[in-house]
Amino acid sequence: MSATVDAPKAFARGADAEKLIEVVGVSRRFAKRLDFAGKIAAKLGAPLRDEVVHAVDNVDLTIRKGEVVGLVGESGCGKSTLGRMVAGILPPSDGTIIWKGRDRTGLNAKDARAAMLQAQMIFQDPMSSLNPRLKVAEIIGEAPLYHGLTTRAGLSAYVDEQMRRAGLDPVFKARYPHQFSGGQRQRIGIARALAVQPEFLVCDESVAALDVSIQAQVLNLFMRLRQELNLTYLFISHDLGVVEHLSDRVVIMYLGRVVEEAATETVFARANHPYTQSLLAAVPKIEARKKAFATVKGEIPSPLNPPAGCHFHPRCPHAFDRCRVEIPALKEVAPGHRSRCHLNDLPDHGGMPV
Amino acid sequence: MQPNIPASAAPPTLQVRNLRTHFFTRAGVVPAVNDVSFNVGRGKVLGLVGESGSGKTVTGFSIMRLVDEPGRIVGGEMLFGGRDLVRASEEEMRAIRGNRIAMIFQDPMMTLNPVLRIDTQMIETMQAHRKISHDDARQRARDTLGMVGIPSPDERLKAYPHQFSGGMRQRVAIAIALLHEPELIVADEPTTALDVTIQGQILAEVQKLAANTGTSIIWITHDLSVVAGLADDIAVMYAGKIAEYGAVDDVLDQPLHPYTHGLLGSVPSRNKRGQPLLQIPGMTPSLLNLPVGCPFRTRCPRAAEVCAQDPPMAEILPAHEARCFRPHLEEAGVAA
Repeated sequence: MSATVDAPKAFARGADAEKLIEVVGVSRRFAKRLDFAGKIAAKLGAPLRDEVVHAVDNVDLTIRKGEVVGLVGESGCGKSTLGRMVAGILPPSDGTIIWKGRDRTGLNAKDARAAMLQAQMIFQDPMSSLNPRLKVAEIIGEAPLYHGLTTRAGLSAYVDEQMRRAGLDPVFKARYPHQFSGGQRQRIGIARALAVQPEFLVCDESVAALDVSIQAQVLNLFMRLRQELNLTYLFISHDLGVVEHLSDRVVIMYLGRVVEEAATETVFARANHPYTQSLLAAVPKIEARKKAFATVKGEIPSPLNPPAGCHFHPRCPHAFDRCRVEIPALKEVAPGHRSRCHLNDLPDHGGMPV
Repeated sequence: MQPNIPASAAPPTLQVRNLRTHFFTRAGVVPAVNDVSFNVGRGKVLGLVGESGSGKTVTGFSIMRLVDEPGRIVGGEMLFGGRDLVRASEEEMRAIRGNRIAMIFQDPMMTLNPVLRIDTQMIETMQAHRKISHDDARQRARDTLGMVGIPSPDERLKAYPHQFSGGMRQRVAIAIALLHEPELIVADEPTTALDVTIQGQILAEVQKLAANTGTSIIWITHDLSVVAGLADDIAVMYAGKIAEYGAVDDVLDQPLHPYTHGLLGSVPSRNKRGQPLLQIPGMTPSLLNLPVGCPFRTRCPRAAEVCAQDPPMAEILPAHEARCFRPHLEEAGVAA
């Protein structure tokens, strides 16, 4: 079992591992344009204007080959939007996504298709991501047949192999998604993603809807597949326990920005950013009995109207004047450990807000 | 079955004895709650833990007598304030429900009327149960909103449910549950849909409440780590029955039932990073088609021949019960 533990560390620490995907200065905005009546009202002086949400705001992220990167944040922080852009199913508004050293937008049609196939996504709710009118064999077999990964004659055997790999019994392949339990449906989603032989999987809250015992089965499957197929994961989750267990490196997002990024042990042992600290303090643990639940005050502000300066300052227990006006930069506080907090510039602070 | 938690001076707020709620469906009888017994002491929090389909929510609905057709409470008793809720008339239940026993649901949108302002809903609730002037009711509504941590309650009273965030909406639902200072609150997964930081805030409020008002709480959840921090006692449900029942430290530190053992092992933070998680093989059996004997035996690593018989609930360690013939006693340092 030592391979499971040692290999990721080597990847996480060694900067020489090949960069699989590099996200540089990527932003994504969603605009709600004024409708016809709104435009007229605005002309007549009503205080109406287009509303723009900065779902993802200038994010840099590098994922090396073989690595599992955990992306953590609360609802509305932009983690799913970033995941979709990384998977290539949503174009960024700004910035570039470099796939294996080449800008993904600059690829010719053939290479672009290959890059798309190489990055697959597994969604949270398998019921809404599986076509209810297709049989499992069709769901899993459709894409590999189209992309020429198998022939029509070999399709049945190919689908059987995909199902077995995801822990499903191939005798069920003539069934429809509704005939399966939640955990099995998630396995269908996994088998479908793996059927096109990807190198890179984006898992968006893929175990959030499952019961604990089923969640453990699916997490074990993810870890086994990683070893067998040498997969790279971007694992998006709000569940810190799951992320801690699975990831080599953790990226924490808050309101569209990355606030902290470090190796998993570092984040859980020496979190630097006050948001990460309060997030960790709020997680209920089995070991903590009758504890006084630590509380961050307030709620996530609306991304339509985010606070100026550091987005976290209205809830931050350490906020001072500078936080209210100036956006902190994501700076290295230790090798491989980056944090977006002004406190790290304070001389007496030693980079560890307490 | 005898009360298993050491009897304190005051009688428990609620005593559930051999409760059975079955659903009479076309496909057959579904024993959703099958011989469930537990106590909730005054000011205590009972964590009712189980996976989907274990019967934990139906237990909560049974206490409120809110089980709809084709479901029926077919046996047992629920002693609350000297009265058996199973046999109480609909009239009596109407006086108790929302007044002396309140319920909080997972989705606060289910409890709140989307087309009525919060103040209307809160005042209505109060006037349904007691003679109170509109102004007094409004004052009480305002105070209760403040108590659950809603900022500027005066203005928020005039808002509609959609103008609140998910966490705030859940606070409003909790405030409505608290209006009558109930003796018992049944909370069904109230923080499951919320973000971690907001969940922390709500749990902190609930802890304060139980401590300050003496309200008893049944906290229904699938999340063992939430009840670990909140509950005094834990009942773990599996396939309509309580598999294990005892004080929170006993159940979590010395799980006796192999199912509890497996559940705890499945929690990622309890495992070494990167190592495969301990997993319970298979999945929850259909309640229509339960295995004979112990319902867990088809997934149980310790199952033996004896498990083909129905295991009784037994006090295996002092004040720590489990429904198992082959409990984990080695780990507890007790000879079997």
